[in-house]
Amino acid sequence: MRVMMDHAQDRRIWLRNGVSLAALVSLVVALLAGIMIGAVPINLQEIWQSLVGTPTGELYQIVHNIRLPRVLIGALVGMNLALAGCILQGVLRNPLADPGIVGVSAGAGLAAMLLMILWPELTVFVPLAAFLGALGALALVLALAWNNGVQPLPMVLAGVAIAALFGSGMSVLMIFHSDKVQGTVNWMAGGLQGRSWGHIRMILPYSLIGSLGTMVSYRYLNLLQLGDDVAKSLGTRVQLARFGLVILAALLAASAVSVAGLLGFVGLIVPHITRMLIGSDFEYLLPCSALLGAVTVVAADLIARTVFSPVEIPVGIIMAFLGAPFFIYLLRKGMRP
Amino acid sequence: MNCMIEARAVTLGYAGKIICPCLDMAISKPEIVSIIGPNGSGKSTILKAISRLLPPVTGSILLNGKDIHRMRPNDVARLLAVLPQSVQAPDDMRVYDLVANGRAPYVGLFGRPNANDQAAVREALEATGVSELAFRRLDTLSGGERQRAWLAMALAQQPQILLLDEPTTYLDVHHQLEFMKLVERLYRELKLTVVMVLHDLNHAARFSHRIIAMKSGEIFADGTAPAVLTTENLRLLYGVESTVMTIEQDGCAHLVCFPHDICNGYEA
Repeated sequence: MRVMMDHAQDRRIWLRNGVSLAALVSLVVALLAGIMIGAVPINLQEIWQSLVGTPTGELYQIVHNIRLPRVLIGALVGMNLALAGCILQGVLRNPLADPGIVGVSAGAGLAAMLLMILWPELTVFVPLAAFLGALGALALVLALAWNNGVQPLPMVLAGVAIAALFGSGMSVLMIFHSDKVQGTVNWMAGGLQGRSWGHIRMILPYSLIGSLGTMVSYRYLNLLQLGDDVAKSLGTRVQLARFGLVILAALLAASAVSVAGLLGFVGLIVPHITRMLIGSDFEYLLPCSALLGAVTVVAADLIARTVFSPVEIPVGIIMAFLGAPFFIYLLRKGMRP
Repeated sequence: MNCMIEARAVTLGYAGKIICPCLDMAISKPEIVSIIGPNGSGKSTILKAISRLLPPVTGSILLNGKDIHRMRPNDVARLLAVLPQSVQAPDDMRVYDLVANGRAPYVGLFGRPNANDQAAVREALEATGVSELAFRRLDTLSGGERQRAWLAMALAQQPQILLLDEPTTYLDVHHQLEFMKLVERLYRELKLTVVMVLHDLNHAARFSHRIIAMKSGEIFADGTAPAVLTTENLRLLYGVESTVMTIEQDGCAHLVCFPHDICNGYEA
């Protein structure tokens, strides 16, 4: 019996470690490929030189000011969105939960669009406006759903309502300012073009908070899966834990959409894919989702800017095109006995 | 030391709807207590209240003399384990991981399960006979096995009081009996206080030392099976005409209730 138990346990550990390792290796490969491939190809030796060598020359400019910040932002955005989706799916016990469901995307979208259309000279503040819009929408959702704490279902319903309301606000803007809509389209689809070190400084703190938060919160997420009553009887302060987790997820998502625009897909589907690979224990689900989210965005961005070069497609569109069929494939495979 | 749970002048209810206007109850020694009563009589409500899941509107729930809602949640969870009527868990969770959740009140926020915790999980698995299923997925278990796995989680808390809400509702006759015998053995071996809500009067009669009968949010009768389960009481409680008899089986006398007809003009 002992042997059988250990065997089953071993297989799970192998699977978890294997997937984590594969995700880590893929991330390194994707980051390197993201720096090497482009209009000007750069080899590994040149990357090394431009990182340690003197800060001059064209190659240094390309690596240091264009491609390196871009791949790093892609990784951080992917990580934050995947973590946010993972946390929300756990807290709201809803497999369709993603950063959009708590109103974060719609809030960010409306605020950014307002700024871009009404005060185009202030475009530099778009990330800040998006961030504040996201948190404003979250506050509204929480206020609507509040009843001695937040319950999953009222929260989801309030989130959908707020998203619809803000979405119609965006439609109104598009109709009355149809001449200025062009500039906002790329942002709405989500993209990483022209992102710089300044954007990294905006998102990095939240990535760090998120990473630390997940190290503490996986226990709560695991306990919340057992239902409120059981979690409570095991000593969890359910309302406090849920509230804290929603805030953490919203900060992660808001920081991501504020620098990359409305990137859908990652927050919804990466956690699902990870769950299918390694199971629903959040201790492993969270870090693996974070890694796979980073890989997904970096790789998709690489495709977005190279395949139709010199035309660049917003990375969000690439992810939807490639990811949705893959997800459907996984779902159908998973549904078979 | 005996662990004591007490409801003192509590009013219980949900969002403006009072279910139990005023109720006093004390369970002060290791024994098996069954709460019975018709639907809507407040039996699950009182169990929720002493589980710390439902704060009383007025009055207080005392655990060893201390207000349960002023104690630290982890301290309560180390004394008192609860198994709700319907439970949920991810399908792919393993039995071992489910049971290990019972150690949450002992493992702190940043701690890792230590040898003590692992030993407690192993003991709980063995006590409920699910050791061999430890690394099976929950969705591959039968109803009876799953219920024992959840009971193992409650036992891993190493509680002194075990609260069960209709634990045999979803089980067939075989697994109902198996579960009740398991509860009886746990009471005997671990000196647990067991409080459970039961629908099956014959199980209540056979396995409990004390039966509390609830009606309309009040305690209608409280005592041993022969004292509570009388023809008269069952008529007033459930509106049924029944025969209560004693039968001999393996040298033991068992009280058996056989409800055979419905009373006219009964109001709950």
